[in-house]
Amino acid sequence: MTEFTPIHAIVGGALIALSLSIMLIASGRIAGLSGVIAGVVHPFGDGDHWRAWFVLGMVAAGLVFEVAAPATFDAGGPASLPIVALAGGLVGFGTRLGGGCTSGHGLCGLSRRSLRSLVATGVFFAVAVATATLVGGVSR
Amino acid sequence: MTAWIALVAGALFGAGACISGMVRASKVLGFLDLRSSWDPSLALVMVTALALQVIVWRVVARMRAPVFGGRFPGPPAKTIDRSLVVGAGLFGLGWGLVGYCPGPAVVSIVSGARASLVFVAAMVAGIWLCDLIKPRH
Repeated sequence: MTEFTPIHAIVGGALIALSLSIMLIASGRIAGLSGVIAGVVHPFGDGDHWRAWFVLGMVAAGLVFEVAAPATFDAGGPASLPIVALAGGLVGFGTRLGGGCTSGHGLCGLSRRSLRSLVATGVFFAVAVATATLVGGVSR
Repeated sequence: MTAWIALVAGALFGAGACISGMVRASKVLGFLDLRSSWDPSLALVMVTALALQVIVWRVVARMRAPVFGGRFPGPPAKTIDRSLVVGAGLFGLGWGLVGYCPGPAVVSIVSGARASLVFVAAMVAGIWLCDLIKPRH
């Protein structure tokens, strides 16, 4: 069970928007995270390593929080490891096939009124809510 | 592209994911699982970021080119195909099962939790599998 943390949600959401906005305004890049990660593990060969630097920045920030405030992260695993592996595979395959995730479709795409992103976001939110609500017991 | 910009932007994303609590699968599930004592934090994260992004796209519309070169993306594609819907559905299934989406999952590996490491390894395998079946580059 977690509690509503409105201030943290607003500050965190603003930082995420700032991150995506910097990439867009500085270099015209839409930094959807599934695309960024796919570009790191499976380089597009465009000779541009910005995605790797982006991931490095993410991990570096995470390390700061892990050292300064370990409670930032969940202590134990959310679910049994086979289910975690299944879910990871689905998330990797699905975001690649659908061309985006929570940040790419849900933030970048929706905010520019992309119809594809509207459909994708509607589908993944609906399926995620249904899944978590129906089988939520599996994950906790 | 300047590596430093991407590094700083990545750090801001990581900090945002940490501060908002979205790196905790339990907190994400607190939103997605309607039977729990519902935690609307995720929605507020999304709404805040969306509102700011809408403003940023308006700024971009008035700019000729990105500050450090390159060009802005063209208008979004409009084709709603099976890949989009099936892909989004599979992603939603995985997200709803354990509460990790790609960005926060990668940030959470620094905790060393086995669930994070297994999730990200499987996610990478899923990306590779999709590219194997449906090459796009």
